[in-house]
Amino acid sequence: MNNNRLWAWLIFALGAAYFIVPLLATFEFSLRMRRGEYSFDAYASVFADPRFAASFGYSVLIGLCTIVVGVLVVVPAVYFVRLRMPWLKPFMEFITLLPLVIPALVLVYGYIRLYNSSSLIPLTGSALGTDILLTGAYVTLALPYMYRAVDNGMRTIDIGTLTEAAQIMGASQWQIIVQIILPNILVAILSGAFLTFAIVIGEFTIASLLNRPAFGPYLVGIGTNRAYEPAALAIISFIITWGAMGMINLLGRFAPRTSPRTD
Amino acid sequence: MASEFLRVQNLTKTFGTTTVVKGVSFAFGKGEFISLLGPSGCGKTTILRMIAGFENPSAGSIVVDGQDITSLKPNQRQLGMVFQAYALFPNLTVGDNIGFGLKIAGLPAEQRRVRIADMLKLIGLSGYEKRYPYELSGGQQQRVALARAIAPSPRMLLLDEPLSALDAKIRVSLREEIRAIQLDLGITTVFVTHDQEEALSISDRIVVMNAGSIEQLGAPHEIYNKPASRFVASFVGQLNNIDAIVTDAAAKTVTIDGQAARVPALPADAKGPVTLTLRPEVLAVGARDGNDITLAGTIADVTFLGSVIRLRVSLGRNMVSLDTFNDQRTVPPARGEPITISLAGKDLLVLQG
Repeated sequence: MNNNRLWAWLIFALGAAYFIVPLLATFEFSLRMRRGEYSFDAYASVFADPRFAASFGYSVLIGLCTIVVGVLVVVPAVYFVRLRMPWLKPFMEFITLLPLVIPALVLVYGYIRLYNSSSLIPLTGSALGTDILLTGAYVTLALPYMYRAVDNGMRTIDIGTLTEAAQIMGASQWQIIVQIILPNILVAILSGAFLTFAIVIGEFTIASLLNRPAFGPYLVGIGTNRAYEPAALAIISFIITWGAMGMINLLGRFAPRTSPRTD
Repeated sequence: MASEFLRVQNLTKTFGTTTVVKGVSFAFGKGEFISLLGPSGCGKTTILRMIAGFENPSAGSIVVDGQDITSLKPNQRQLGMVFQAYALFPNLTVGDNIGFGLKIAGLPAEQRRVRIADMLKLIGLSGYEKRYPYELSGGQQQRVALARAIAPSPRMLLLDEPLSALDAKIRVSLREEIRAIQLDLGITTVFVTHDQEEALSISDRIVVMNAGSIEQLGAPHEIYNKPASRFVASFVGQLNNIDAIVTDAAAKTVTIDGQAARVPALPADAKGPVTLTLRPEVLAVGARDGNDITLAGTIADVTFLGSVIRLRVSLGRNMVSLDTFNDQRTVPPARGEPITISLAGKDLLVLQG
């Protein structure tokens, strides 16, 4: 092995250790609930708590709604900007980056001011309204990821020519999006969806300030008054997040192959 | 020509301050194979895209089979189109690609299946209906694209440089296949190409375009044998340009690098230097019956092309190319050898413009 490779591996190992050691330490700590021996008691305790299932179920539901709304907003927007208004693209890039720049705290205070119970659209006046507001907030929060995933997906296919090919055969704009564009960027949409899901599952600030029974506030609540369960929960949410990432990787293999042979 | 089927009237397209198509008009009959031929940027693809409905004309009209389609959307025009980049739907099988237009038109599944099988047979890809586009070669993909375009029985077929992404051999075989299918179905076809050989070999008529305007419209032999302008002459086929000096316009005589020649096509008011043109194939090595001009020169270059040998002959200041058949019993001429070539004065064209 030459010197360069050795250094490369060394730097990789250092970087990996920076992530893996705390994770292993957390995992090790989560197994120490029973005195003197390792056990999964902390995990059993977490799963036995009805609030775990309730908050997790709630976040999954909100996550799914966020994905649906996100796809409905982002896919047509990216499609039409790429096809008809390419000059709008830099503006789109800027808008979709804003949620990364504006703190969630600022966002949620803005929402509360705009949609409080004495405003024109009093979304926070009811549980359903607040859920809708929360979904909207998550769509915004996940926008940078969903937009980039969909945009990358559309970059790999020649949407202009495919659209024209479908159009000349009589297809309407709606038929083209549903039958041609969506199936060809499905993998990209799913990767955006899993990223969205991962964000929603762990989100604390917005759910907490809107006072919704989501998984993020539950995690923080447990962390403040228990010892071992937070570690177990951290590992569980880590597995969920990485499971979502793994799914993205797995689905990438099923992406439609678009590069034609030229022989 | 059959009755008028496609009429393009005063078609104009402007992008910003640039006019890419300048008041183009032409008309063709049903079943004709028309080529729009020209260099990049001449407006040929823009005309095709306006016929397809992908671009809105700035002025002018397009009439197909008596119906003004100028303002119709592409999906209302009942046209078929094959694109340069195949544009097969990657998520659909070959069969589903071919059946796409039929499905959109609401044809029942059973009839669709029959039509797809017919189309696959027509393009020689029976048994391929379950394959995906990425599993096919470029030539096969383009044949599927052709089948997909003609499956819904469109009124007209538009081909946007469908062969340019393919390699040379497949290009020739596929263009012959396209022509055979077109003749078989009798479908009016507009073919856009920048390849003059392609246009000459498969078209009924060719529209030669340059800088947004039509330079010449005619049958392939007319375009080749009687080019209407210097541009057409140089763009379509090989051409020799010969600088000559008029010696007596009334007697129609000139000198080519000091050698006398009579040019029947010389205008009566010509004087001083003129440019004469002629095709390589009208030049002969040595004397030939009917050739009244003989020129002496030196062989400057010999290119062996298999059945044909291309010679470049220096006449002094002028250089001409000519093709001679490869005779297996004789040795090809060598560079530097003196040579006599002959031609008929009536084949010399005096190009204006």
